[in-house]
Amino acid sequence: MRLTHLIFLLYFFSFLNCKQLKLEPTKIEGKLIQITDTLLVDPEIESYIKPFRNHIQKDLDSVLAYSVNTYSKSDGLFNTAIGNFMADAVYSEANPVFKSRTGKNIDMVLLNHGGIRSILPKGHVTKRTAYEIMPFENSIVVVALKSNQIDSLVNYLCRKKKAHPISKLKLTINENGKIIETKIKGEAIKSDKIYYVATNDYLYNGGDNMTFFQTNDSLYVLNYKIRNALIDNFKKIDTINPVIDDRFVQIK
Amino acid sequence: MKRRDFIQQASAGTALVTLGSLGLQSFTTAATTKKITILHTNDVHSHIDAFGPEDGRNANKGGVARRASLIESIRNENPNTLLLDAGDIFQGTPYFNYYGGELEFKLMSKLKYDAATLGNHDFDNGIDGLYEQLEHAKFQFVSANYDFSNTIMNTHTKPYKIFKKDGLKIGVFGIGIELNGLVDPTMFKETKYIDPIEVSQDMSRILKKEAQCDLIICLSHLGYNYRNEPNKISDLKLAAATKDIDLIIGGHTHTFLSKPTVVKNVEGINMLVNQVGCYGINLGKIDFYFDSAKNKSANGTSIIV
Repeated sequence: MRLTHLIFLLYFFSFLNCKQLKLEPTKIEGKLIQITDTLLVDPEIESYIKPFRNHIQKDLDSVLAYSVNTYSKSDGLFNTAIGNFMADAVYSEANPVFKSRTGKNIDMVLLNHGGIRSILPKGHVTKRTAYEIMPFENSIVVVALKSNQIDSLVNYLCRKKKAHPISKLKLTINENGKIIETKIKGEAIKSDKIYYVATNDYLYNGGDNMTFFQTNDSLYVLNYKIRNALIDNFKKIDTINPVIDDRFVQIK
Repeated sequence: MKRRDFIQQASAGTALVTLGSLGLQSFTTAATTKKITILHTNDVHSHIDAFGPEDGRNANKGGVARRASLIESIRNENPNTLLLDAGDIFQGTPYFNYYGGELEFKLMSKLKYDAATLGNHDFDNGIDGLYEQLEHAKFQFVSANYDFSNTIMNTHTKPYKIFKKDGLKIGVFGIGIELNGLVDPTMFKETKYIDPIEVSQDMSRILKKEAQCDLIICLSHLGYNYRNEPNKISDLKLAAATKDIDLIIGGHTHTFLSKPTVVKNVEGINMLVNQVGCYGINLGKIDFYFDSAKNKSANGTSIIV
């Protein structure tokens, strides 16, 4: 072996040796940093966001309708003005969508009392109002139910004695909480009829223990958010003036 | 013959070695301590603006413009920094409803995020809605266990990405949660979910053995831990069932960990699982100090959390 080769080899081995000095994590430090108001605001980022924010603010605050009074979900025993407004709005906005896709009509609407997240205040009604009443992204679904499931639905409402928003369903209970009359669109429940019930995806999936939706004939997903139905309804009407009516009452 | 070839090849590289080895001593000391900083967020949910003063326990917290200045100051301190997000970038404020995630991606690009994985809410405008916003994301989406091959997202995500910082290789792979039951199937379409443990084992083998990564990070949207569902896969379970992963950055469960959790992997080696709550209220910061293995203390890597 020539001397130069030996030198090459020596270099080569030292090179190999260097490769063996592979680095490994020897110390790890982890911590949480809170993003608080003591941190500086990056002016470039802030000015980039501003036009987006301004557009949203302007759009959210543009006036769509006028509310005659302040309506709260706590005003009313078995039905409330704000709940009636919501359920009726869902019916009138979702039914044309459902009909255009299926040729059928929605028979009734059931939402949940807990899903009303804010009051409907007196005065100007804006998109922001819709976001406050319905901050969640829940969408409208229509479920095909047999009459025995409608019975379960009605029994649920009577048992809970809560003002869950309903539309096109009329319920009367006596002083003992027993059902006296059930009507959908003004007619008694027919045992052989399929009823198309509009609700939201949360309740369809068993939210608020509404288990009666799950053994259904068919599900129609409208891809239409409850909030957007409210906004569309606000746009169509000038004055909002809902009332507590006789759709769910107890006779004493 | 083989041997001769060997030497010939070695001589070809001599010039480089000679240049670099004018002093062999300096050559060995070149391998001194290196520091890699990992910054991370999860479940920011379109929270671009800071919370207002009336927002309960989140009052005056968060905000992208503040996060930006914090990240910049950390990068100035250590340029060898990676910024990562563990998913659910979308949904939660009108910014998403109005712009469909455009601003979220644009801002993350301005903040120079390096990679993100996908959360279930990132499918809220459907897989098409996600695809539409991709042009605004100048960072890599990593997802190893969603098979997008029959969807519009095909080729737009990678199972992993390897970053080189200060001569070190950092492999980052993504793991997503089972979408069935969580997201409407019409939203995720033909996205196929693959078992996270198997995929993670593949990923760590590829990144460690084949790519020779010095650091392996899993960006996960599985959720930290499910106490009431013992069979459900979570970050803690994934950590205990795999090897060679140094850090799992999690999301989905909005878990506020005051410090990273130290977990023993399947080989009994300590690694970290972290998650920093939600809504951009916190930034996670994990510093990895690298040294030659011989300088490692007798009881292994020291973890200070």
